[in-house]
Amino acid sequence: MIELFRPGVLVKPYERLSRDQLQWLDQASLNILSDPGVWCYSERAARLFKEHGAKVREEDSSGAKCWRVSLPGGLIKEAVAKAPSRLVLGARKPENRLLLDTEVPRVYFGTGSEANIWLDTKLEDFVSEKDSTLKTKVPRYEEIRGSKALLSRAAKLCEQLEHLDFFIRPLNIQDPGITSDNHDVNKFFASLNNITKHVQAGLTSLARFKDVVTMAEIIAGGETALRENPIISFIACVFKSPLQIVDDTAEKVFAIVESGLPLVISSSPQGGSSAPIQEAGMVSQINAEILAGITLTQLIREGAPVLYGSVPVRARLDDLHDLYGCPEFNQYNIDCVQMARYYKVPCYSTAGVGDAKVPGMQAMFEKLFTHLYMATSGAQYIHYAFGLLDRTNCFCPLQAVLDNEQVGKIKHCLRAPKVSVQDTDDAVKMVKKVMASSHRLFARHARKAMHSGDISSPYQFETKDKKDNVIENALEYMARLEAEPAPHLDSDVVNRIYNEVPGLLPDLKTA
Amino acid sequence: MNSSELLEKIAFNVIQGRVEAEDDGFDPGLEGRPAVTELVTEALDQNIDPKKILMESLTESMETVGEKFEKKEYLIPDMLASAECVGVAMDLLAPHLIKAGVESKGKFVIATVKGDLHDIGKNIVAIMLKGAGYQVIDLGTDVSVDRITAAVKENQASFLGLSALLTTTMRVMGEVVDQLKDEGIRDHVKVLIGGAPTSIEFAHEIGADAYCKDAFQAIDLLKTTAA
Repeated sequence: MIELFRPGVLVKPYERLSRDQLQWLDQASLNILSDPGVWCYSERAARLFKEHGAKVREEDSSGAKCWRVSLPGGLIKEAVAKAPSRLVLGARKPENRLLLDTEVPRVYFGTGSEANIWLDTKLEDFVSEKDSTLKTKVPRYEEIRGSKALLSRAAKLCEQLEHLDFFIRPLNIQDPGITSDNHDVNKFFASLNNITKHVQAGLTSLARFKDVVTMAEIIAGGETALRENPIISFIACVFKSPLQIVDDTAEKVFAIVESGLPLVISSSPQGGSSAPIQEAGMVSQINAEILAGITLTQLIREGAPVLYGSVPVRARLDDLHDLYGCPEFNQYNIDCVQMARYYKVPCYSTAGVGDAKVPGMQAMFEKLFTHLYMATSGAQYIHYAFGLLDRTNCFCPLQAVLDNEQVGKIKHCLRAPKVSVQDTDDAVKMVKKVMASSHRLFARHARKAMHSGDISSPYQFETKDKKDNVIENALEYMARLEAEPAPHLDSDVVNRIYNEVPGLLPDLKTA
Repeated sequence: MNSSELLEKIAFNVIQGRVEAEDDGFDPGLEGRPAVTELVTEALDQNIDPKKILMESLTESMETVGEKFEKKEYLIPDMLASAECVGVAMDLLAPHLIKAGVESKGKFVIATVKGDLHDIGKNIVAIMLKGAGYQVIDLGTDVSVDRITAAVKENQASFLGLSALLTTTMRVMGEVVDQLKDEGIRDHVKVLIGGAPTSIEFAHEIGADAYCKDAFQAIDLLKTTAA
């Protein structure tokens, strides 16, 4: 398909569900789609389902215009089978493209959400009340409203994070000049002008979709070049759980699929409120919603590039907010990865979110708990993995830097074992040689592996004395990364975009 | 190969950490080519002055390795590999250097004390000391107080290094110091101790001369300590 792409990490997937359990869940989802079916608020989608054999009737009980769609299992199966099992998510630099293949459990990690808040970190000196000679540095946090400049800064930083494979705009731009009409063009430009990795986002308004595509075509080198190297892709949460197709988002799905660009059909029910909290119930329902969404894409355009977007979460039972860093989150999500593999559709999955409001031990626990577990699942595309705090409400660049180290270590940990006949022969030879020496030390023989990158380094932000300077060390490292120049688009490309794409704010323009 | 090429190659292979031809080096593709053992042997066969080999190949290359370590280009395994090369070269050169009237930096008896079989740290120190030009007499592990004292006496060693990993065996170090005193040779030998449970306070407590947290500290300390 393509030769140059990011390596990600190839894992041997951990499978939680047996084949029988997969089939039971599949059947349960098909049963749900048949009866009670879905509540479709999009007339166009309801009509399309009807044309392909679904039973559709107008729903009387609902306030808004709505159709009850009962989808036959055969229609779902046939449509889902037409979704490509392999697709490319392009990038400005060919080596940054992603190859998603359901037969190959290659895992990529990236950002996610569209948080309103940028959490800034500064260190302040504090003095002990008991002993004024004792001073320590303490991180102080400031919440800043998301803006174009901060989104640009996030993209530029993420370009430098070596273990970050793709960029979903993590920050909502809320500058005074930003309106729902020009939101999309500005957020895509701020991202694409500062990162050479794949860029993905949801659409704020369908009205400017064509302008976003024009921008991407100019950067990619034309209409065909963009379809061959789709440097952008989209997310559509077409389902409002439980089981309701949203009119506005369905229209976006039509437009995106018709454009030939990749799309994530994402669903995010909350176990305990908008879906059952029990594993079987949650997975049956979210799977039904995603299958119906994928079916819609394939009915619009057969073979449309689509990802199985699963973001199942659990409710906290004390306040009904989302609870991410918990065992059920991992269980739901890994089940969904298996379901996606069962249907042979690449999986957009989730990890690295928690309740923690600031970087620290709680954030580390919640993130590691999901980062590591979900990486073992073999999901092709894991979003939310960098920088998110306070569930998905806040993007913290310092946290993204800490997550980069964590994801890097996880990728290293899950590398394929290096055990071949040659490796074992070499090992025996090495043992004999060392045991014949006076010192019996293997250190010298660690060099080749050490210098080739086979051996991992200690935790990047460690402190060697009895202190915890992780945040201080990570801030220093972040400053070094942020001092690197931004990978801006060529000025003629920028000028062309500004000439052909209306709505871009002047202060985003780079020379 | 002329003598300057040969000396250069020896230095290069020390930096690469290649003892024998079959060893791989820091850079790829060196396996099978002559390494320090073969090259030093050839240099001696060509009657190249052993002092020249020592100064121009071994000492200079170890300085380069030290600089690379300082800059974090090299890690401990690289240092050890190079030190091991120098140690092997010194074994080959020793008889020739003695004939030429060149002395080692001093005799260093080293041992893991009685009851303790741990020797990784002790071996690293031994390799590094040898690479730094000391004549190392390594007594191994689980060595009795009597044997250590006898070795110091017999070799007229200027330095004694004692290692222990266990809290139960570290006390033996004190017994060694006491026996050196009893035998009247305590003032003739500097006693350095090391190992995870030991400390500078413990060194003072048992009457040792110094505590070294690692091989590098031992070498730094020896540079400033008169034998």
